[in-house]
Amino acid sequence: MIITAGIDIGSTYTKGVLVDDTDKILGRDMRPTGFKLIEAARRTLEECLAAAGLNEADLNYVITTGMGRHMVDFKNVAVTDLTAGARGAVTLFPNTRTILDVGGQTMKASRLDDSAKVRSFRLNDKCAAGTGAFLEKTARYLGFKTEEISALLVTSKEPVPISGVCAVFAESEVINHLSLGTPPADIMRGAIESLSDRSVQLMRRVKAEPEFTLIGGILRFPIMADAIKRQLGCDVNVPAGEMVQFVAALGAALLGQRRLRRLREEGAAAAIPQPAYRPD
Amino acid sequence: MAYAAGVDVGSTQTKAVLINENREIVGRALIDTGANVVMAAQNAFNEMLRQSGVREEEVEYIVGTGYGRYRVTFGNSQVTEISCHGRGAVHMFPNTRTVIDMGGQDTKAIRVSPTGEIFDFCMNDKCAAGTGRFLGAAAAALEIPLDRLGPIALESKKPVRISTTCTVFAESEVLSWLGKGKKIEDILWGVHQSIALRSVALLRRVGVEEEVTFTGGVTRNLGMIRALEENVGTRLNVSEESHFMGALGAALFALDHVIAGRAPRVSAEAKP
Repeated sequence: MIITAGIDIGSTYTKGVLVDDTDKILGRDMRPTGFKLIEAARRTLEECLAAAGLNEADLNYVITTGMGRHMVDFKNVAVTDLTAGARGAVTLFPNTRTILDVGGQTMKASRLDDSAKVRSFRLNDKCAAGTGAFLEKTARYLGFKTEEISALLVTSKEPVPISGVCAVFAESEVINHLSLGTPPADIMRGAIESLSDRSVQLMRRVKAEPEFTLIGGILRFPIMADAIKRQLGCDVNVPAGEMVQFVAALGAALLGQRRLRRLREEGAAAAIPQPAYRPD
Repeated sequence: MAYAAGVDVGSTQTKAVLINENREIVGRALIDTGANVVMAAQNAFNEMLRQSGVREEEVEYIVGTGYGRYRVTFGNSQVTEISCHGRGAVHMFPNTRTVIDMGGQDTKAIRVSPTGEIFDFCMNDKCAAGTGRFLGAAAAALEIPLDRLGPIALESKKPVRISTTCTVFAESEVLSWLGKGKKIEDILWGVHQSIALRSVALLRRVGVEEEVTFTGGVTRNLGMIRALEENVGTRLNVSEESHFMGALGAALFALDHVIAGRAPRVSAEAKP
């Protein structure tokens, strides 16, 4: 059995997925990235192996992706998050043509061709207003933790408009709303709406076309997907449950399988790399 | 003696200045704006009166300025902070032609005439990068009091280049430099440089003409003065009153009203 791992080292969380040569997911893990990227990536891989009941000797190939992909020393190869995300999204939803990925510090929109290659993309990575950091800040100004956002959103009745121009300036806006007696849930919902406005703008810039697949940590809030769906005026694909956060890691692991398969077809069976991962 | 007051309600701090007929400052106050803007304006005004020993009824005209100028409920009129900073700067340093005002949430570059009228201005108001908030974020991330930032930054020997634009991301960049073993003073000087570079870009858009006067709350930061001077390529006018320049300008506008009010009102009599 050929086992490959995909590790997605994001700005906020590191995600790992282990797949076999039938593209079946054997194990996965997610943990905060923190400032020690390599350590987070290593721990994630170890936990994936443990979840699958395997050890490092069983592992044939490691592909990294995400912001910290180049820093990891035990990888076989690194791919961009757009490539990995595309592979993962197309595997889950074969008719995907446009992908929106909203993470802790970036927002990415990409359009694919028929063979799941990225044709064009746009990033919002210079400004926190279009990313998860905006929600995190808003929650903090409201006195809530990031983990409490989901529960808070459920109680919202009507969102208030939040301009979403700058994550720092949002503080005054939040304080203004609070002093007017607006419930925190409605302010949080307003922040989500402003983020979805930005997402749709970004998608329009890559000439988005259906089907749309939404991935990344911020899409774990169903309200975000609902708002985007409403603004696009059509249905969207969202991977179920926690899977929404693992799409790029899954894509990376699957790209590993494809690469090894190609090596084999090219008659280089003996050339299948030995596991590069060596625990210290 | 007649008195006129200016109250500058900023995003972070509220300033009040009281002047007499000779345009001399006789009282001033500085308080945190906080959540209750109306109260902040009132408290700053009361504190200013207390310091000067002048009674409220002796203050003939009050001008409100700053982002919360319409919340100065006791003000007689409002003037934008751009006009007030221009007026205050030219009063304090008569050769001022360019003003750079750096506050808690915005940075403004202002070109003024020799009499303090505004020729042109440009501001950084959509994004917190390049404003006092950028310093605030660094101070919070490093857990250093705001007033220590400048002196520490000036110790830097091997500055770090801060590459992120967004204040939110800069917070994590600062911590990651710290994690890589960089010295606090080198990181902080990088933060000051990054703000200075953005401000100079703003200044170039209105055109830099000497003399340049630096106003607003960030003038108290020696590191910022140095970083700006290096990047603008000229010395900046800064004084003890720089922090109060907006309020001073407002007080000067208020005094205009006091003096104009004394002119004989012939036209009023002529009305049917």
